[in-house]
Amino acid sequence: MKKSYQSLEVNITNNMKQVIHRRLSNSILQLSLIVLLAFTTSISAQEGDPAKGKALFNANCAACHQLDKKMTGPALRNVETRLSEEEGLDREWLYAWIRNSPGMIKSGDAYANKIYNEYGGAAMTAFPQLSDDDLNNILAYTAEEKKAPAATAVATTPAGGDSGNSGGISNELILGALAILFILLALGLYLVNKTLRRFAQVQDVELPESTRTPLWKAFVQNQFLMIVVAIFFLLSSAYFVYGYLSQIGVDQGYEPVQPIHYSHRIHAGDNGIDCKYCHSSARVSKHSGIPSLNVCMNCHKSIYQVAEETQQEGLREYGVDYNAEIKKLYEAVGWDDENQKYTGETKPVKWIRIHNLPDFAYFNHSQHVTVAGVECQTCHGPVEEMEVMYQHSPLTMGWCINCHRETNVAVKDNAYYEKIHEELSKKYGVENLTAAQMGGLECGKCHY
Amino acid sequence: MSSNKKYWKSVEELNENSSIVETLKQNEFVEEIPTDEFLGDKETLESTSTSRRDFLKYVGFTTAAASLAACEGPVKKSIPYVVQPTEIIPGVANYYATTIANGFDFASVLVKTREGRPIKIENNNMAATNGSANARVQASVLGLYDSLRVQGPKKDGEDISWSDFDSETTKALIDVAAANKSIVLLTQTFASPSTNKLVAEFSEKYGNVSHVQYDAVSESAALDAFQAKYGERGLANYDFSKAMTIVSVGADFLSDWQGGGFDSGYSKNRIPDHGKMSRHIQFESNMSLSGANADKRVPLTPSQQKQVLAKLYSLVVGGSVSTDLPDNINDAVAKAASQLKKAGSKGVVVTGIQDVNAQTVALEINEALGSKAFDPKTPIKTRQGNDKAVMQLVADMKAGKVGAVIMSGVNPVYTLPNSADFVEGLKKTDLSIAFSLKEDETASECQYVAAAPHYLESWGDVELKKGHYGLTQPTIRPLFNTRQFQEGLLKWTENESSYHDYIKETWGTDILGGSSFNKALHDGVYVGTLIEEVEAEEVSEENLEAPSGNAARALAASAKSEGLELTLYTKVGMGDGQQANNPWLQEFPDPITRTAWDNYLTVSKADAEELGLTNTNVANGALNSNYAKVTVNGSSVTVPVIIQPGQAKGTVGLALGYGKKLGLKEEMQTGVNAYPLYQNFNSVQNVSVEAVSGEHEFACVQLHNTLMGRGDIVKETTLEIFNTKDKEHWNPVPVVSLNHEETPVTSPEVDLWDEFDRSIGHHFNLSIDLNACTGCGACVIACHSENNVPVVGKTEVRRSRDMHWLRIDRYYSSDDTFEGDNDKKDEMSGLWGDNGSLGGFGEMEDPAANPQVSFQPVMCQHCNHAPCETVCPVAATSHGRQGQNHMAYNRCVGTRYCANNCPYKVRRFNWFLYNGNDEFDYYMNDDLGRMVLNPDVVVRSRGVMEKCSMCIQKTQKTILDAKRDGRQIKDGEFQTACSAACSSGAMIFGDINDKESKVAKLKEDNRMYHLLESVGTKPNVMYQTKVRNTTEA
Repeated sequence: MKKSYQSLEVNITNNMKQVIHRRLSNSILQLSLIVLLAFTTSISAQEGDPAKGKALFNANCAACHQLDKKMTGPALRNVETRLSEEEGLDREWLYAWIRNSPGMIKSGDAYANKIYNEYGGAAMTAFPQLSDDDLNNILAYTAEEKKAPAATAVATTPAGGDSGNSGGISNELILGALAILFILLALGLYLVNKTLRRFAQVQDVELPESTRTPLWKAFVQNQFLMIVVAIFFLLSSAYFVYGYLSQIGVDQGYEPVQPIHYSHRIHAGDNGIDCKYCHSSARVSKHSGIPSLNVCMNCHKSIYQVAEETQQEGLREYGVDYNAEIKKLYEAVGWDDENQKYTGETKPVKWIRIHNLPDFAYFNHSQHVTVAGVECQTCHGPVEEMEVMYQHSPLTMGWCINCHRETNVAVKDNAYYEKIHEELSKKYGVENLTAAQMGGLECGKCHY
Repeated sequence: MSSNKKYWKSVEELNENSSIVETLKQNEFVEEIPTDEFLGDKETLESTSTSRRDFLKYVGFTTAAASLAACEGPVKKSIPYVVQPTEIIPGVANYYATTIANGFDFASVLVKTREGRPIKIENNNMAATNGSANARVQASVLGLYDSLRVQGPKKDGEDISWSDFDSETTKALIDVAAANKSIVLLTQTFASPSTNKLVAEFSEKYGNVSHVQYDAVSESAALDAFQAKYGERGLANYDFSKAMTIVSVGADFLSDWQGGGFDSGYSKNRIPDHGKMSRHIQFESNMSLSGANADKRVPLTPSQQKQVLAKLYSLVVGGSVSTDLPDNINDAVAKAASQLKKAGSKGVVVTGIQDVNAQTVALEINEALGSKAFDPKTPIKTRQGNDKAVMQLVADMKAGKVGAVIMSGVNPVYTLPNSADFVEGLKKTDLSIAFSLKEDETASECQYVAAAPHYLESWGDVELKKGHYGLTQPTIRPLFNTRQFQEGLLKWTENESSYHDYIKETWGTDILGGSSFNKALHDGVYVGTLIEEVEAEEVSEENLEAPSGNAARALAASAKSEGLELTLYTKVGMGDGQQANNPWLQEFPDPITRTAWDNYLTVSKADAEELGLTNTNVANGALNSNYAKVTVNGSSVTVPVIIQPGQAKGTVGLALGYGKKLGLKEEMQTGVNAYPLYQNFNSVQNVSVEAVSGEHEFACVQLHNTLMGRGDIVKETTLEIFNTKDKEHWNPVPVVSLNHEETPVTSPEVDLWDEFDRSIGHHFNLSIDLNACTGCGACVIACHSENNVPVVGKTEVRRSRDMHWLRIDRYYSSDDTFEGDNDKKDEMSGLWGDNGSLGGFGEMEDPAANPQVSFQPVMCQHCNHAPCETVCPVAATSHGRQGQNHMAYNRCVGTRYCANNCPYKVRRFNWFLYNGNDEFDYYMNDDLGRMVLNPDVVVRSRGVMEKCSMCIQKTQKTILDAKRDGRQIKDGEFQTACSAACSSGAMIFGDINDKESKVAKLKEDNRMYHLLESVGTKPNVMYQTKVRNTTEA
C-alpha cells in the first residue's frame, strides 16, 4: 500500500487530468507556485533538497509519520528545530536515532527512551541504508513551511465559471436559432401559399376542387387494413407490456446511498488497488465478500485525510466531504485518531447490498474469478470509474446464459480440464469449448 | 430365488381382501383436498358475514397489493465483520474435529461450520475408535439451536448472575462440608480423564464427596461381570469384522447395546467376498435391528434367552445345564454351538441380558473360543454407571444423609423408576444444583439450575476405549450465558485456570507423552502410547455380585418367568430420551416399525389376538390402535400397541426415552414414559397387560409411498445359491417381449428413448449394498441436515406427507416357512387329526410370526430415462449430463404430475410453507433453529415439489475445488450426505466414468441390479442383491 501513499501528491495531477479544462490554468498556476516555493526553499536551506527529501519521506517514513499530525510516530514538521530548541539535541542525534533507534534505546539515551515509551513501546524501524545526504534532504523537507492555506485559497477562488459555461449554452442557442428559422420558413411558405391563392382569386383562375374522400376515411372503411392495424397495435402493446413486466425485479442501475460514501473511483481507479485486495474471498468463496473494516484500516490507519485537491473535487463534483467519510470509518471501527488507538467501541457498517441474486440461484465467485479468470468488470462494469457503486448488469438469467454460451472455458494449464476438454472438443468438433458445451446451461448447475 | 418370495411392509398387506392396500396401490395422493368438507358445510357458509362481493373485493385487493409489492425489491443490508477472523471466509466451510460425549452417545465427529455456525455433523474418518456418528449424533447439532435451552443460571426459577451463584453455592458447600454431611456428584458417564482428576481435587477440598455415575439405560450388569473377571470397570470391546460366526442372545449390538458403534465392523463381513460372509444368529424377543439383519433369527422369551445362553455355554465350553427349551429352539442352539465351535477363534457370542451371570457366561464363552473379535484388553469406557450406588444414593437422600447434590448430564427425576423417592430425597438436601441444558424434570426440582453449554460449545476429553482418547472443542462461542460442569468444579476448587488449560495440562502430563496437544485437537482423536498396566479399581464387595463359579448353571436356574415378559429397549431415533426435543429425531421413522413420533407396546400377533389388542389401517393407510395397560409391580402405564411381526410369543416390548414433559415443545411431548417400568434397572420385567379401549393414531409410514404393487424390488438370494449358481439364476435381468421374443430390458432396441452419451466428464452413480445396510438411519438424518428437509409433524406424517428425501423401506418376507408348509400340505390326509387339513392349515405358521427382514434405502433413483421429466409441463425437472436429475424449485408450479409418474415414489410435495410458519413450530420456525440451515441449499416454499438431488451442491463443490487447484479428482472425493454418513460401507458414491473407482466396479458386480429395472428407467442408483448366509453347519 505504499503506492497509494506515495502518490498522494501525484494524485493531484492525476485528478487534474479529469477535471474540466477551465481549471487547468489555475492548476498550472498552483503547480508553478509549488515549484517556485520548492525552488526558493532549496536555495535557502543549503543542507538538503526538499524535493528529493519528499520522495524519500514518502518512501520510508510516511507509513508511520506525517508532517503535521501525530500518527504511529510523532509529527515531524520542523523536527530538527524543535529538537534542538526543546531537548538540545543536534542533527547527529537524529542521524543516530534514525539509523538505529533500538540501539539508542538500549544504550539508555534519555530522550530515546522517553519517545519509545511515549509511543507505546514500539521501536522505530532502523534505516541504516539512508546516507547523510538522504537524511539532510528529508530534514529539509520537514523544515518546509506549511503550504495548505495557499492551496485552499486557490481552490476556493471562483474559477471563471461564467466564461467556461458559454460552450454548453451555445449548442442550445444554435438549436433554438434553428427552430426559429424553421418556424419562420414554415410561416413564409404558408404566407406565400395564401398570397398565391389570393392572386388566383383575383385573376379568376379556377382551382380544381378536391373530391376524393380523405385518406383517413378511406382507411377506416377498409376493414382488412383495420384488422391488420388492430393486430399490429395489440401485438406491439403486448410487446411493450411484456417488456415492462419483465424488467420488474431487474435492478440494473440500482445505486443506493450507502452509509459511508465509498468511492471505487478513487480506490480502484486513481489508486489502482486490485479488486481482490479488498474483496479477497472472491478468489476462494462463492461470496466476493464485503471487506471487513480491518481491511480498510490497513491503509486508512495512515491515510486519515485525502489530498486537498481530492477533497475539493469531492465537495464540488459530488457534494461529498471525503475526510468526513474517513471519520465515519474511524467511528465504525472504533479508531481513536487523536491517540492512535482502538477504543473497542465498534459500530458495524450496514452496507446496502447492491447485487442481489435471488436465493434460488447459486453463484460462485471463485468459479468465475479464479477458475475462469473473468475480469470483475465483465459483470460489474467500469467499477474503477464509479464514484458511487451501481449495478451495471441486469443479473437476469438470460444475461447469465448468454455469457455461458459465448464464453470459452479457460482450460489452459488446468489439469482438471485436460481429459474432459480433449474428449468433448473432439465430440463437438470445436477448438475451444464454451461453458454451455461444458454443461453450463443445465438447470441444476445453478438451482439447487 | 428372489421371485418366489412375497415381500410385504405391513401386516395389512397380508390380508388379500384389504381394500386399503388396493387403494394405496392405485392412488398416490390418497388424501383428497377436503373441499367437500368446506363447501358441504352449508350452515357455516350461510352464517358467514363475507358476501360474494366482499370476497371478490378481497381477492382483487390482495392481488393488486401483491403485484404492487412485487414491483419494488426490499432493501437488503450486508454487514461485514469489523475484524474478520482469519480462519473464516464467508461462504467457505470450516471443519472441526470434536467428540460427543453426552452420557449415551460417544463418537468422534467432524463438525461443519459456516460463518461460525455449526451446521452439520460428519464422521471423523481418523477415528479408530468405536462409534461413528449414528442418527442421534447426526441430529445432535440441532440441539445447539434449541430455543428451550436454559439461557443463564437460575435459582428457584429466577435468573441470577454467575457471581451470585458462585458465592451462594460455595458458601452452601462449605456449610455442608462443615456439617459433615456428604456432597454427591451425580453425573452421567464422562469417561473423561480431566474430569476424573477434577472430581478428585474437588473431593480433596471438601472431603466426604462421592461421585456417583449414572447411566439412564444401565449396563451395570455387564460392567460388574467384566470388572469381576478383568479387574477393571469397562465393557469388553468387540470387533465384528474379525468374526465369521456371530451368535447374539438378546443383544441388539447393531444399535445401542453396550454403547453401540459396532455396526461398521459387522458390515465388513456381511458383504460376500470370495464366496464367504459372516453368519449371524440372533436369539431375541423384540424384533431389533440386529435381529432384522440376522441370517437366522429365533424368537423366544427373555427367560428362554437365559437358558439358551447357558446351554450354549455347556455345548461350547462344557459342563451340563438343565433347560426346558422347546425342541426347535434346542435345535437352533445346538446348531449355533456347532457353528461356533467350527468357527473357533472366528466366532463370537454377545448377550444383552441384564444379568451378571449372563454377561460372565458370554465373556467365558468368548475366552473359550479364543475369539479374535473379542478384546478385553482395551475395554470400552463409555459406560460407568453403577446401579447399586444410584439406589444407595436415593436411599441416603431420603434418609437425609446427603447435604448437597450436584448433577450434570442426568435427569433422574425422569429416568429413575423410583423418581418420587428421588424427588423426596432432593427436598431433604441442603443444596441441589443441576447443570442442565434444559429446564427439565430434574432441573425444575433443584434449587439451582446451572445453565450448561451444548457439547458444541464446550471443552472436554473422553477416554472412549482404554488408551483411545477423544477431545471435545467448542465450535461456536456459547450462545447463552452458560457454564459447563467442569468449569463449575474449577470455580469451587478455586482454580483460576480455564477448563481448556486444565485439559491441556492433564493431557500434557498424563496422556500425550510428548506428542502435540494441538495435533490431537486437530485430529480430535489420540491413541495413547502410554497404556499403563491395569490398576484394579477398588470396588467394595457389596457393590458387586461375585459371579459364581458356575455362572451358567445359576443362569439357567434363574430363568423363571410368569406371564408376559416385557423387554425395554431404546429406539435408534430416541436413545435414552435426552434429545426428545429434537424434531429430526422425532420425525425419524423407527427402522423396524416405520413409526415416528411415538413409542408403543410391540406385541406378537398371537398375543394381540388373545389380549384383544388391535391394529387397524384407516382409509388413507394410516395406522390406528387401541391401548394396552402394562403393569409391573403396581406401576402401570397405558400405551398404544403395534402388532410386531417377529415378536416372540409371550413377550412385549416398549421403548424408553419417550413421554418427557418438561423442557420441550408441546409437539415433541410424544409417547409414554417407560422408565417407571425399568425397575431395578432391569430391562426385562414380568408384566400383566390388559386392553384398554380408545383409539390411538400413529404416524406410521409403512404403507406410504408403496411402489404400486410392483414386485422384484428387493432381490435376495442365499449364500449357497450365490456361490454355486450363475447370476442369471439369482439376479436375472428382466425381459420384455419384443416381436414376441424375450429381450432383456437393457438392450437398446426395447428402449423408447435414445441413449445420451454420458461417457465424457463425470457420471455419478450411487451403489447401495443391501447386505451391508443395517437400517440404522444415520443417512436419513444426514440427508435431513444437509438438504434442509423440513419437519412436518405427526399429523402430516400420518397423512403420508413426510418429506424425507431418503427413506429406508423395511420389507418382511417369510421364505423360511414355505418349504415346511409344502411338505406338510403334501402329507395331509383327511380332515381331522394331526395331518388333517382343517387343523393343519390353521397351524401352518403364520407368515407374520417370524419374518425375514430386508432394509432398502430408497431415494430419487436419478433415472437416465426419467418418467418424471417427460411429464413436467414447465420443464422444472430436467436431466444433467452428470447423471443427476435436476429439480429447479423456482420453476415448479406444483402440478405433481412428476410424483404421479415416478415409479419409485420418491418425490415430496410441499403441502405447506414449513418455515416461519407457526403451524409447524419446529426448528425452521425460529431464528435460532434456522441457524442450522445449510446456506448452499434452497429452503423450499409451499406448492413446490422436491426430492433427492444426489447432493449436487456437494458434487459441484468437489468439482470446483479440483478446478481451482487444477487437478484431477480422485475416487472417494465425491460424496453425498448419505454416503458420507454411512459407516457400514453400504452406500458407495462416485463417478463411473472413472473406471478405477469403486462404484464403477460395483456397477459391473454380479449382485448389481436396478430398482424396477423392467420399467426401463435406467437409474443411476443401483442396488447390490442381498445374500443371506443360510448355511447351517
